[in-house]
Amino acid sequence: MKYIDEFRDGDVARGLAEAIRREANPERRYHFMEFCGGHTHAISRYGVADLLPDNVKMIHGPGCPVCVLPIGRVDQAIRLALEDGVTLCTYGDCLRVPASDGLSLLKAKARGADIRMVYSSADAVTLAQKHPEKQVVFFAIGFETTTPPTAVAIKQAAALGLKNFSVLCCHVLTPSAISSILESPEVRQWGTVPLDGFIGPAHVSTIIGSRPYEFFAEEYRKPVVIAGFEPLDVMQAIRMLIRQVNEGRAEVENEFSRAVDREGNKKAQQLVAEVFEMRKNFEWRGLNVLPYSALRIRRQFAEFDAEKRFPLDYQPVPDHKACECGAILRGVKRPQDCKLFGTVCTPENPIGSCMVSSEGACAAHYTYGRYKDV
Amino acid sequence: MSEVRKGYVRPLDIKHGQVDMAHGSGGRAMAQLIEELFAKHLGNEYLAQGDDGALLPAPGAGRLVMATDSHVVSPLFFPGGDIGCLSVHGTINDVAVMGATPLWLSAGFILEEGFKLADLALIVQSMAQAAKEAGVPIVTGDTKVVERGKGDGVFITTTGVGVVAPGQELSGRNARPGDAILVSGTLGDHGMAIMAVRESLGFESPIVSDTAALHGLIAAMRDSGADIHVLRDPTRGGLATTLNEIAQQSGVGMMLQEKALPVKPAVNAACEFLGLDPLYVANEGKLVAICAEQDAEKLLAAMRAHPLGGAAARIGTVHEDAHHFVQMTTGFGGKRIVDWLSGEQLPRIC
Repeated sequence: MKYIDEFRDGDVARGLAEAIRREANPERRYHFMEFCGGHTHAISRYGVADLLPDNVKMIHGPGCPVCVLPIGRVDQAIRLALEDGVTLCTYGDCLRVPASDGLSLLKAKARGADIRMVYSSADAVTLAQKHPEKQVVFFAIGFETTTPPTAVAIKQAAALGLKNFSVLCCHVLTPSAISSILESPEVRQWGTVPLDGFIGPAHVSTIIGSRPYEFFAEEYRKPVVIAGFEPLDVMQAIRMLIRQVNEGRAEVENEFSRAVDREGNKKAQQLVAEVFEMRKNFEWRGLNVLPYSALRIRRQFAEFDAEKRFPLDYQPVPDHKACECGAILRGVKRPQDCKLFGTVCTPENPIGSCMVSSEGACAAHYTYGRYKDV
Repeated sequence: MSEVRKGYVRPLDIKHGQVDMAHGSGGRAMAQLIEELFAKHLGNEYLAQGDDGALLPAPGAGRLVMATDSHVVSPLFFPGGDIGCLSVHGTINDVAVMGATPLWLSAGFILEEGFKLADLALIVQSMAQAAKEAGVPIVTGDTKVVERGKGDGVFITTTGVGVVAPGQELSGRNARPGDAILVSGTLGDHGMAIMAVRESLGFESPIVSDTAALHGLIAAMRDSGADIHVLRDPTRGGLATTLNEIAQQSGVGMMLQEKALPVKPAVNAACEFLGLDPLYVANEGKLVAICAEQDAEKLLAAMRAHPLGGAAARIGTVHEDAHHFVQMTTGFGGKRIVDWLSGEQLPRIC
């Protein structure tokens, strides 16, 4: 495939691996966090870790939209579908996220709830148009990449004058999650999570640009390299991070210049600003309640806000006692450090959210890398 | 079966008619549907017996194989085939990968009230053609009708019977360390052909289903004299799931070479676009063969010489592994597990 195979070329990978080995100082260790689940997936699927020297370690970050969705939010969606009888539309990965009472959206569907998997927010609007007798709710999740399409759906519904379409908005913000990690005691005080730099998001950065990361580089003295989701992108980014560390620099560099610039997609940013505003607080799985870390629908579009249309109060629900998703999302633990990993918690029967999406650290390690543990 | 007297009843209006509840009632309307649609196209000496079951000659030496498969594919018509030919090919393949020569099929239809007779006729004609090409007649059948909304047009269950010659021993339990793993052609064509015509996806692609009966190819493989240990058709769950089943059954591990996997560029591109992995996408006209290492080249040559095996390739090797992992050396140079399919990658593909 043109423009894809070039970024998965084994010969180039070996050359890059050799360069990384040459440049990495054998006297020190390097710990880099890949923020995004897309990177986690690429690292596991292509076996990138096998090509790195022993003193370069990757830590999986919290950037998997399904993984950070707290149980309470999935419960809300399930309640809407089961009790309020709405047609609930959402992205495929969301369906299997474990919620309260042993339920998930998929299990609620088996109990008779009308739950549909859609490929885009526009499909949900179309569904509402086709079925004026049904209340259609789009369960909107994800980071900045999926937010603009939700904004478009809401504006479209407004333009069409739809009375039966609303959005349960759970969109979250990348920079807040990065701050939360950098502010965590494990990184700041105790040093139990050694962190020498970040691989910055690919798709998120096409929207927000590279500028928002400059704060982290300056304020926390951590190098950031924005990278694409192909395995060669990841390896090149690791090499750039090693160079920054070796040279004592902490800057934002852009490996993914074929798609990302400093300012990002202004049009998308305007759309998002027009439809959404900051939430004061939002609970994340694993990262707890983070101030100004998520979006809600502006008053002007309130009629499309499922939280206003339906009686939905938010009830936080603690994770399974033995589940380490929280610590894994903060980089404190690895999937194989969790007692549940691969025993009671598997992709077929996930206990924690990191085992659900293919971008989750646990699912990626279970699916592609668990042969290393035995 | 009560006979419909010509001249008393108007012929079925296949062009404009629809299935109604009477077509499954056991009465005259059902008899007419069977005579004017099913028997007309599928007719053969056994079906013509008209009894509750088909009376078949007992095969000579060897053992019998029986396999059954239900088909609920959506949409019913897709590029490269339809539910009719798929239901014939699917069951023939299940019988054939046991090393058997398929002899007869049965077909059970569950029709939804309101289903267009014109579409049903197309499906039955497609079954008839597939059965004829394969030389495996449909010798008995059944029709039921369910109320509107209780089905999805038509579901078809076919059962096949075949005979295995004495001395043939094919089973998923027979893979041995050192064996070679071969596939008969490109992976993922059927699943992606179905996916591409799902209305909600809105993309066009030139991909057609690979649905085909494989017993001819299998006969050619047997004739090559190669020591074949396992044959299987990687349908739902794709190659990855089939290999994991075999690894589990045989108590072995496997190592695949990603670069050796045959995948059409269009299938690869569509998978990339939808976030799917061709290793998990269904095939309906491909098989996996595991054979003794020294016979791998001979078997590969025999497969490639057959029209259904032109793109056959050797993709990996069986080895000892107490954990029964199927692993792969990626084109990138790393190693990873090729796991069981978890959840559902594509709904209702066969």
